[in-house]
Amino acid sequence: MTDITSLPPETGPSFNLPGKDIAVAGQWRLFWLKFKKHRIALASLVVIVFMYLVAVFADFIAPVDPNATNARFTYAPPQGLSLLLDGSFRPHVNQLKMTLNTESMRREFVADPTKPVSVGFFVKAPQPYHLLGLIPMETKLFGLTNPQVGDSLYIFGADRLGRDIFSRVVHGAQISLSIGLVGVFMSLILGVTIGGVSGFFGGWADLAIQRFIELLRSIPTIPLWMGLAAAIPVGWPPLRTYFVITLIVSLIGWTSLAREVRGKFLSLRNEDFVIAARLDGMSEIGIIFNHLVPSFMSHIIATLTLAIPSMILAETALSFLGIGLQPPIISWGVLLQEAQNIRAVAQAPWLLFTPAAAIIISVLSLNFLGDGLRDAADPYESVS
Amino acid sequence: MSINPNVSQNTILTVEDLKTYFPLRTGIFKAVDGVSFELKRGKTLCVVGESGSGKSVTARSILQIVDRPGRIEGGSILLTRADRSVTDLAKLDPRGKDIRSVRGKEIAMIFQEPMSSLSPVHRIGTQIGEALRIHFGILGNEQRERVLELLRQVEIPRPETAIDRYTFEFSGGMRQRVMIAMALACNPQVLIADEPTTALDVTTQAEILDLIKKLQQSHGMAVLFITHDMGVVAEIADEVLVMYRGKVMERGPVEQIFHAPQDDYTRRLIGSVVKLEKKAEVRLTRAPIAAEAAPLLDVKNLSLTFPSGLKAVDDVSLIVRPGETLGIVGESGSGKTTMGRCLLRIYDAQAGAIDFRRLDGRTVDIRTADKAELKDIRREVRMIFQDPVGSLSPRKNVGQIIAEPLKLAGVKGRELEDRVSELMLQVGLEPAWRERYPHAFSGGQRQRIGIARAIAVKPRLIVADEATSALDVSLRSQMLDLMMKLQDELGLSYVFISHDMSVIRYMCDRVAVMYRGRIVETGDTDQVVNHPRHDYTRALLSAIPHPDPRERRIHKRFRYDPARTVSANG
Amino acid sequence: MLRYILKRLLFAIPTLFAVSIIAFIIIQLPPGDYLTTLMADWASQGGAVEAGTVAAMRERYGLDQPLYFQYYKWIWGILTAGDFGISFELGKPVTELIWNRLGFSLLLSLLTLCFVWAIAIPIGILSAVRQYSISDYTATFLAFFFLAVPDFLMALSAMYVMSAWFGQSVGGLFSPDYVDAGWSFGKLVDFARHVWLPVVVIGLGSLAALVRIMRANLLDELSKPYVTTARAKGMSELELLIRYPVRLALNPLISTLGWILPAVISGEIIVSVVMSLPTTGPLLLRALLTQDMYLAGSLILLISVLTIIGTLISDILLALTDPRIRFQ
Repeated sequence: MTDITSLPPETGPSFNLPGKDIAVAGQWRLFWLKFKKHRIALASLVVIVFMYLVAVFADFIAPVDPNATNARFTYAPPQGLSLLLDGSFRPHVNQLKMTLNTESMRREFVADPTKPVSVGFFVKAPQPYHLLGLIPMETKLFGLTNPQVGDSLYIFGADRLGRDIFSRVVHGAQISLSIGLVGVFMSLILGVTIGGVSGFFGGWADLAIQRFIELLRSIPTIPLWMGLAAAIPVGWPPLRTYFVITLIVSLIGWTSLAREVRGKFLSLRNEDFVIAARLDGMSEIGIIFNHLVPSFMSHIIATLTLAIPSMILAETALSFLGIGLQPPIISWGVLLQEAQNIRAVAQAPWLLFTPAAAIIISVLSLNFLGDGLRDAADPYESVS
Repeated sequence: MSINPNVSQNTILTVEDLKTYFPLRTGIFKAVDGVSFELKRGKTLCVVGESGSGKSVTARSILQIVDRPGRIEGGSILLTRADRSVTDLAKLDPRGKDIRSVRGKEIAMIFQEPMSSLSPVHRIGTQIGEALRIHFGILGNEQRERVLELLRQVEIPRPETAIDRYTFEFSGGMRQRVMIAMALACNPQVLIADEPTTALDVTTQAEILDLIKKLQQSHGMAVLFITHDMGVVAEIADEVLVMYRGKVMERGPVEQIFHAPQDDYTRRLIGSVVKLEKKAEVRLTRAPIAAEAAPLLDVKNLSLTFPSGLKAVDDVSLIVRPGETLGIVGESGSGKTTMGRCLLRIYDAQAGAIDFRRLDGRTVDIRTADKAELKDIRREVRMIFQDPVGSLSPRKNVGQIIAEPLKLAGVKGRELEDRVSELMLQVGLEPAWRERYPHAFSGGQRQRIGIARAIAVKPRLIVADEATSALDVSLRSQMLDLMMKLQDELGLSYVFISHDMSVIRYMCDRVAVMYRGRIVETGDTDQVVNHPRHDYTRALLSAIPHPDPRERRIHKRFRYDPARTVSANG
Repeated sequence: MLRYILKRLLFAIPTLFAVSIIAFIIIQLPPGDYLTTLMADWASQGGAVEAGTVAAMRERYGLDQPLYFQYYKWIWGILTAGDFGISFELGKPVTELIWNRLGFSLLLSLLTLCFVWAIAIPIGILSAVRQYSISDYTATFLAFFFLAVPDFLMALSAMYVMSAWFGQSVGGLFSPDYVDAGWSFGKLVDFARHVWLPVVVIGLGSLAALVRIMRANLLDELSKPYVTTARAKGMSELELLIRYPVRLALNPLISTLGWILPAVISGEIIVSVVMSLPTTGPLLLRALLTQDMYLAGSLILLISVLTIIGTLISDILLALTDPRIRFQ
C-alpha cells in the first residue's frame, strides 16, 4: 500500500535489462537500447558506415585511376573475379578476348578461361598517389599483380572510353555521399535557425515562416531545382558548382527539419518540466540548451538521417539530366549520364546497373537507418 | 446449452474462475486471475480497485473484447439468455457470429472516455442506430424514430437536432448520455459500465449516475459498474467486488464491504477513503492561524481574459496568511489552474494586484514585478505540478532534477550534494537513488521528487496544483500528510488547488470556491463544508458521492442553475 | 464550410503570387538579358539584327526598366492576355507550345494519382491489419525499396527490361501511326498500351510512401477506443474495419495529396525526359539547357499553379470528409 517499498514502474521503457541498470540509464543509453531492437536499422548502420569508409578510402580501394582511359577496352563487360584456380586460392580474372561481330559491326569481348590473370591484394599501385590528398601511398587494396599488355581488371565493366566502372563508382561515392552530408549540414543550420525562430517567438514570425514553408513544399521540386541548377554558368569551377548544387538541393530539405524543430519547440514550451525550470530561475537560453535541445536532439538526428537520401537522389537526378554536376567531376549521377539512352543501356547494361546498385543500396540503408532512429527517438514512450 | 440449476431465477450472468492473461516477452501477465461473480436482474455489482487491478480487463473479458495480446485462458462466463438457455461466452470465438449476437444486444457496454470512444466523423444518430441495424435490421425512418426515442430517454435536449450532430459538438456529460443511448438501443439484459464517470466533473457524474439508476429500474437491467471511487460504490452498489492485482480480495453486499470488511486490503482501502472524509488529525490539534496576522499573499481583483475572449480569471481576491493552507476548489473550466499560474506569473494577469510580503517585510506586487525581483520571488513562491510524469524531465536523473533550483541559486560542490541528499530524505526517498531517472519511479515517488524540487530553495509559499489527483486514493493521504509535515517543519503556506473536496477538507484551513472564473465563496473549511452559503457550493458538495452506503445522498442532491436557483426535489 | 473554402482560396492567392515571383526569378537568373543572348545567337549564325526589332522587343518586355516593372509587364501580359512571351529558341509564342504538352502532363499525373491510390490503400490496410506478417514485411520492404530507386532509374530499367526481355521498344505515348491522327477508339487503345508503363514508373515511389502512411495511420486508428465501442455493439470485424478505422485513416491520406501531387509531377517530368513522352518534361529540359527562359519560366509557373490548385482541391476534399475540419 505504500509507494516507497515497491519500485515497479508500470509505464515507461521495458528492455531486457536488469531493473537496476534501466533505472540509471540516461537518454542516449535508452535510445541505443531501443534502436538495437530494430535489426534492419542496425544492419543498415553497418552498411552505411562501410559505404562512407569506401568513400573516404576511395583512392586506396579503386584499383585504377577512375579517369584512365583505354581505347582497347571500350565497353568491356564485367570480368568475374574468381578466388580459386585449380583448387587452390589464387584470385584471378580471365583475360578478355576481343572479336569483331561482323553483323552488328560491334566489338565483342569473350572471357578466355585459358588465360587467367592473377589478382592480388595490397599490390603496388600503377602510380603513386596521395590518400585523401595527404598521405603518399603506393599500395592499392587489390589489383593485377603483374600487369601485362592485354591484361585488364574490369570487375564491373568499362565505359565507352574504357574507364573502369568500379573505380569510378568508388570515386563517385565521395561526391554523392558527401553531398548528402554537406546538404544535411546546410539544412540543419537553416532548419534549426528558422524553425527555432518560428517556434520560439511564435506570432507573426511564425505565421510568415509557416506560410513560406508551405509555399516551398507546394512547388514541385524537380522543375524548381532544374530552373535553379540550369542557371549555373557552365564555366564555373567544379568545386563551386558542387557547393551551389548542394545548396539548391538542401533548399527543400530544411523545411521538414524546420517543422520538426518548431513543433518540438511549441509542444515543449508548455511542458510542465520546462515551466518548472523557468520557475527555478533558468534563463530562456539556459532552458533551450538544458531542456529543449536535449529533448529534440534525437528527433533531429532521425530527421537528418532521413533527409540525406533525398539529397543524394536529387543530385543524382539533376546530374543525370545534365544540369547538375558535370564531368570531369565523378558522381553517381554523372556516371548515369552515360546510361542516358536506351541504346547505351542495351549495349552495356553495367553502365546503368552498377551506379544504380550503389545508389539504391545507400539510399535504402539510409532510409532504414532513419526509420530505426525515428522509432528510437523517443525512448520514453511506453513499449509493449 | 443447458439450464443451470444452481443459479436463482434472477441471475443473468455467472462468471466462474475467470482467467485472462497477457503473454508478454518478459513472461505472462495475469491481468485477471480466477475471478468469480454473479450479476442479477435489476441489481448493480460494483467492481472496485486501484489502477492495474484488472477490473477493466474483467469487464472486457465478458464480451471478449480484451485488447491484444490478452486472451481468456480459463473459467466460464455463463449467460442466461432471454429464452432461458445458457451460453458460455468464454468458449465462443472472439471473432465469431455467436459472441457478436450477444454484444450490444444482450450485453451492452459504456466506456470511460466518451470522446474517444465515439467516432468523431460519424453523426451520433448513425452511431446509435447501428446496433439496431446490426441486430434487428431496422433501417431508415423507423431507425431514426427509435434513435430519437433513445435520445429522449437519456434526456438529451432537442433530440431532433442532436441526432445529426457530431460528438465534438457536445459536452462531456452529453457525450456520455449518447454512449448510454447507444448501449440501450437493443434493450440489453446487462449493462457494463467501465468507469463511465471518471472523466466527468462531480456534478455531471451525479447526473449520469442518476440516469443509469433510472434506466436500470425501467429496463430491469443488471449493471456491472467498474470504478475506482469508493464514494460512487457506496452510492450505487448492491454488491461489491474488490480487486487487487488481478485477484478478488473480497466480494459481498455493499453494507458488509463498508462496515464489516473481512479482507485486509479492503480494510486498508476503506480506511484510506474514510481518512479523507474528515480533517487530518494533525490539523485538529494545531492552534488556529491568527486571523489578524498580516497576510503573506494578498490578491486583489485579479483578472485574466484569454485572447479567445474567455474570462478565465474574473475579479478574484483572496489572502493567504503565514503558515496557512488555502484551498481553491472548483470543477474543470472554473479557472482555478489559470489563477494558480497567475500567482507565479506563468500567465500574465491583465488587471489586479498580487501583493506578496517578502522575507524582509517589503510588499511586492508579483503582477508588476521586474525581472530580477520576479526571479527572487520565485525562490520564495514555488509550485508543485499535477502531472508527475510531465513535470520531471525524463532526460535528467533525480539528483540533477532536485539540484537544478539549488544550482541556479548558487549552491555548488559538496554543499549541493549534501543538500540534495537531505531533501531526498526529507520527502521519503533514498538518497542512493539519486542516479536514477524518473522512469524508474512510480507516480507517488515522482510526486515526492516534485515536492523535493519545490522545497529545495526554502520557499515560504507553495502553489500546489492538483498535486494528488493523478494518484491512487491510498497514496493521496500519504502525500497530503507529507505536505503537512513539511509545512510544520519549514513554516510553509500553501495554495492548494483541487477539484476534490475530500482532499481540501483533509488539508486546508480555509477554502475558496471557484466557478466560471469567479470566487463565489470563501471561508473556513469547516464552515464552507458544513454550512455552505452559496448555492453553487451547496450543489457541488451535495453532488459528491459519500463513501457510506447507509447514507446515500446524491440522488437527493441540490442542483445549481446560475440563472434560476431551485432545489432539485423541491 | 463555405467560409472554410473561401479562406483556403484567399490563402492560395499569396502562394500564387510567390510562385510567379519564383518563376520570374528563374527567368532572370541567367546572366545578361536574353535579347543579348539572342543577338549573340543571331550574330553567330551570321544574321544581321535589325535595330528596330531590338528596340521593339526592349519596349515590349520593358528590358530597360527596373526589375519590378519587368515583372509587372510580364505578369500583366499573362493575366490579361494570356501572353507568356516568346520562345526564342523556337521562335514561337510560348502559348503555342505549351498547352498540348501541359494537357498530357496533367492527364499523366491524374492517371498516376488514381493508380497510386487504388493500389496503396488496399496494400496499406492489409499491411496494418496483418501487422508483422509475411505480407506486411514484404510490403514494407518493397515500399522501402521503391522509395530508394530514383524515377529515372526506374524508367530506364523498365525500358531495358521491356526491350531486352520482351523485345518491345518503349517510348512516347503513341505508336508512330497515331501520333498525328485525331482521337479515335484505336488511338485510345494505343494510348492505353503506352501509358501504363510511365504511370507505373512514376507512381511506384509515391505508392511506396502512401502505403507506409496508410499503414501507420491505420495502426494508430486500430488502437483507438471507438473501435472497441463498435466491436462491443456486435459489429462484424470486416464491417467494423471499413466503417471506422479505415474511414478515419483515409482523412490524413487525403491531406497527403498536397505533397504527393508535387512529387508525382516532379516524377512525371523526369520520367518523360527518359521515355521521351510528349509532356512538359522534355520541353522544360530543352528550354533550360538552351536558356530559353520565357518558355522555361512559363512552364515552371504553370506546373506550380496546377500543383497549388491540386492542393486546394485536396483541402476542400478533406473538409468534405472530416467534420472536425468543417466545423473549425
